[in-house]
Amino acid sequence: MSVIAFAKNWNGKFKNSTFELVSYTKALANQLNTNMVVLSIGEVAEEELKLLGNYGADKVLTVSDPQLNTLTSRAYADIVAKAADSVGAEVIVLSDNNSGKAIAPRVSVKLKAGLVAAVQELPVSLEPFVVKKRVFSGKAFGHVQIKSDKKILTIAKNCFGLVKNPCDITIEEFAVDIDTNLFKVKIVEEEEQKDKVILSDADVVVSAGRGMRSPENWAPVEELAEVLGAATACSRPVSDEGWRGHEEHVGQTGKVIAPNLYIAAGISGAIQHVAGISRSKCIVAINTDPEAPIFSVADYGIVGDVMDVLPRLTEAFRNSKS
Amino acid sequence: MKILVCISNVPDTTTKVKFKEGDSLFDDSGVQWIINPWDELALTRAMELKEDAGNSVNEICVIHVGGASADATLRKALAIGADKAVRIDACPADAYHVAGQIAEYLKENPFDIIFSGIESSDYNGSSVGAMIAEFMDYPGISSVTSVNLDDDDIQVNRAIPGGKQVIKTETPFVAVVQKGIANEPRIPSMRGIMMARKKPLEVKPAAELEVLTESIKFELPQEKGACKMIDSESTEQLVDLLKNEAKVL
Repeated sequence: MSVIAFAKNWNGKFKNSTFELVSYTKALANQLNTNMVVLSIGEVAEEELKLLGNYGADKVLTVSDPQLNTLTSRAYADIVAKAADSVGAEVIVLSDNNSGKAIAPRVSVKLKAGLVAAVQELPVSLEPFVVKKRVFSGKAFGHVQIKSDKKILTIAKNCFGLVKNPCDITIEEFAVDIDTNLFKVKIVEEEEQKDKVILSDADVVVSAGRGMRSPENWAPVEELAEVLGAATACSRPVSDEGWRGHEEHVGQTGKVIAPNLYIAAGISGAIQHVAGISRSKCIVAINTDPEAPIFSVADYGIVGDVMDVLPRLTEAFRNSKS
Repeated sequence: MKILVCISNVPDTTTKVKFKEGDSLFDDSGVQWIINPWDELALTRAMELKEDAGNSVNEICVIHVGGASADATLRKALAIGADKAVRIDACPADAYHVAGQIAEYLKENPFDIIFSGIESSDYNGSSVGAMIAEFMDYPGISSVTSVNLDDDDIQVNRAIPGGKQVIKTETPFVAVVQKGIANEPRIPSMRGIMMARKKPLEVKPAAELEVLTESIKFELPQEKGACKMIDSESTEQLVDLLKNEAKVL
């Protein structure tokens, strides 16, 4: 028996969420009194793979085939399932991100392994195996029992944190036949913003709503984000009106995020918006209406016009840095 | 070309959730049920593709796994414009069970494109679409923000962190769709509602399938402490609190 974690890379690099995954899986392996194996797919430099050892990984299996450098969910799922079988894994752990959402369900079907997505913490019990997850878009938590022998979890971002646990690491190439029939989906073009902080990865998010009154008024939001090294986001009406792109919409039907700090400027805080931000560690709300529901979920609040408050806040952050 | 849209029947997004029987079951008394928001956008996009004369989409079917209480939601999907609805008469126990039921239907009734919403707003499993693809051994594309057909040549956009990929695929395939797939969900017209009454809503018996996971208990999140209000002139104080009290900077 063992536990296996799938460590996704982006252009050969891991993210903090990968290290959080390894930290979680190590703690799970300890809880189950077993060992952990980490699986990496695609070409990743040895130096980068060794970073996994900082968080408790002592064994890494890597499939460093260049045709796997971009995510092909069928091929990845096939490899994850084969690696899990080869190490006799009882639990398979992935991150709850785009790739985890694409791969984990396929592995679940392949191995007939019960899957629980967006798990919040270590299992609440092992016999029976019960984990806790967000349900009803964050309005509640559910305790879910996995009844199958093999189990799959995806873990929610920022649910566990990073736990340093330096280990001597061995890296082994995992030999696997890759079925080229699984590459029927062809990527013909790819665009990536290199200059902006990625919303789903950001530790600090500055978000704005209809209180900004017009799309021309966004400069104070962007300036504050720049000073904080933050990503920008928006409420649903703002993206529906086309003031900002859909990729910035946070909320129940947009992105669900969990930054350390979320600043909501001119956002009233409808229940659907709160569903997307309730896992933030700290929420700051700025709104003209002292009765706005956003203040009931915020940790700190300022009643005032965003167009006045945002520039002052930017100035205050700038001064505190210098 | 035929499109199948998977529909989940979920409580209205403004519902205040409550539980019953020792917090083991969702209390659905007084709950307004709706088409899962992403599924509604998927249906809207399917309609747009069918209406575009440049491609050959000739049938849109919606499918749901669940009891008769979902029929009103399926009628709404028909009123929006689906040609046909299918309900697999099974208790939707978990994602594996639901996806397996839909796959069994697909084996007898093939479609070219299968749309599935990225998650359902009730149990947030975000797994059914990719599981259907695996059960059927179809290609699947996740995080889909647009699907275009040009003379039945399929082009799909997939969101990646901070960007997008443009993807070409062959049929049949599963598209797991998210925000952006359509702009606004359609509202049924009076004529649509009248016509929906005459459209077929087939009820199929459930297949024998295993259930791998079970919800056993629910809990509500802890109440948040009071919001600390800061004078709008005192932004320095807020910065100080974020640094030294909340310790998030």
